[in-house]
Amino acid sequence: MIDNSAGNMNSFHTLTLTCLEDTLAFGRHLGRTAQAGDIFTLSGDLGAGKTTLTQSIGQGLEVPADFYITSPTFSLLHEYPGRIPLYHMDLYRLGSMEEVEELGFEDYLYGEGLTVVEWPDRLEDLMPVSRLDIHLTLVNLDERSARLSAHGDMKTRFLSFLPSISDN
Amino acid sequence: MIILAIESSCDETAAAVMENDERLLSNVVNSQIDLHGKYGGVVPELASRKHLEDIYPVVDRALIEAGITLDLVDGLAVTQGPGLIGSLLVGLSFVKALSLVKRIPYVGVDHMAGHLFSVFLGQQKPSFPYIALVASGGHSSLFHVKDHFNYTLVGRTRDDAAGEAFDKVAKILGLPYPGGPIISQLSQQGDKDAIAFPRSWLAPDSLDFSFSGLKTSVANYVRQNHHPDITADICASFQEAVVDVLAGKAIRAAKKFLVKNIVIAGGVAANPRLRQVVTDRGEKEGFDIFMPDTAFCTDNAAMIALAGYYRFQQASTLELDMDVYSRSSLFAAG
Repeated sequence: MIDNSAGNMNSFHTLTLTCLEDTLAFGRHLGRTAQAGDIFTLSGDLGAGKTTLTQSIGQGLEVPADFYITSPTFSLLHEYPGRIPLYHMDLYRLGSMEEVEELGFEDYLYGEGLTVVEWPDRLEDLMPVSRLDIHLTLVNLDERSARLSAHGDMKTRFLSFLPSISDN
Repeated sequence: MIILAIESSCDETAAAVMENDERLLSNVVNSQIDLHGKYGGVVPELASRKHLEDIYPVVDRALIEAGITLDLVDGLAVTQGPGLIGSLLVGLSFVKALSLVKRIPYVGVDHMAGHLFSVFLGQQKPSFPYIALVASGGHSSLFHVKDHFNYTLVGRTRDDAAGEAFDKVAKILGLPYPGGPIISQLSQQGDKDAIAFPRSWLAPDSLDFSFSGLKTSVANYVRQNHHPDITADICASFQEAVVDVLAGKAIRAAKKFLVKNIVIAGGVAANPRLRQVVTDRGEKEGFDIFMPDTAFCTDNAAMIALAGYYRFQQASTLELDMDVYSRSSLFAAG
């Protein structure tokens, strides 16, 4: 992984994930580092690697291998057991925060596990104050960049989410 | 036995009336596609509101077209899951109310069981056992079907469903929702060999699917090469990659379980290219291929009536506190 961070290391950072294995190693690190109640938001275009990253986060959380972490686009929310539960939600098909509210997703946002939210812009005013935002961009077929930014209480733990060489 | 069935798991409100497992008396599907088109997907809350508006007229029309009244209905069948909870609840609550007021027994049916048996709504009926490929917007699964009550999930997607891949690729190409019909149509003018998109076969004996990498590959290709002139080629090449793997894995499953009959079902089974490739390649390898009419591939209540009929044969008493579920109990892992 190439460190090409710009600006304040304490709250935001951009990682270059040069190959698929980099993305997977980063995801596993995030999964190992996550604590109960954490919220990660995942944004990026279709095909940017959101599902792939979530699968490796699941590995880091010790989600059993026979639980496939599949796209939640159709059913909106998938829950997996692990070291702590993983709640994987995809708000792609929702129109507004009213729909998020009516579906009762707020309960999961402040639950006992790690919540990974794809297409978080639909949350609008429901966007949690404490969270780690991850924005993925596809550079070419294998290479991605991940822009990380911590908000609220997550800022104090920001550096722990950055992978070190030993995690590769 | 006359069965009235209701299906509301996703974007269609549907009702059907069927006599035993033989005679379909009516089959009404009120598609919500127009409603969802502008959002690029099914919007769940809109879906449940629309189901609520549509369910009464749809059921009414099914009864009228069947030429019967509720007094002649012997049993009710309703999709219990998997699907969108809010949408499922509209159908289940409606059926529970009908059951209470008219004292008609009801059964809950798994949506996937409906797809597995939808092939029996056609003229060409397979004998047991068979391998069924169910591919739709929410599922890409292979089942080993031994009889009306015993079926085992033998393969499933590890990331995106096949129909979801069509929808998302359509979105990448700026095409409308749903992606399946429009990509299929544009593919007719395109060259299926123009772009060598990857096929994800996984391990040599794996019956699982993976379409996420294909979607990424298309996104990457479009970003680097997109020009309106090549949209048809991208569609045709993408469709061929999906069809190749779906057909290949269905045949792989039939070989693995030493089964002679292969069935394809679900919304993606309405895709003409998939129907053609599974038929050509399957028959060449000595398998008998069966598929429902395209009207019974996409979500409908006739298949729920049929699966409901089998459920009534199996167990006739049900509890009123039966609830819906979002993910299939057929899926061992969550």
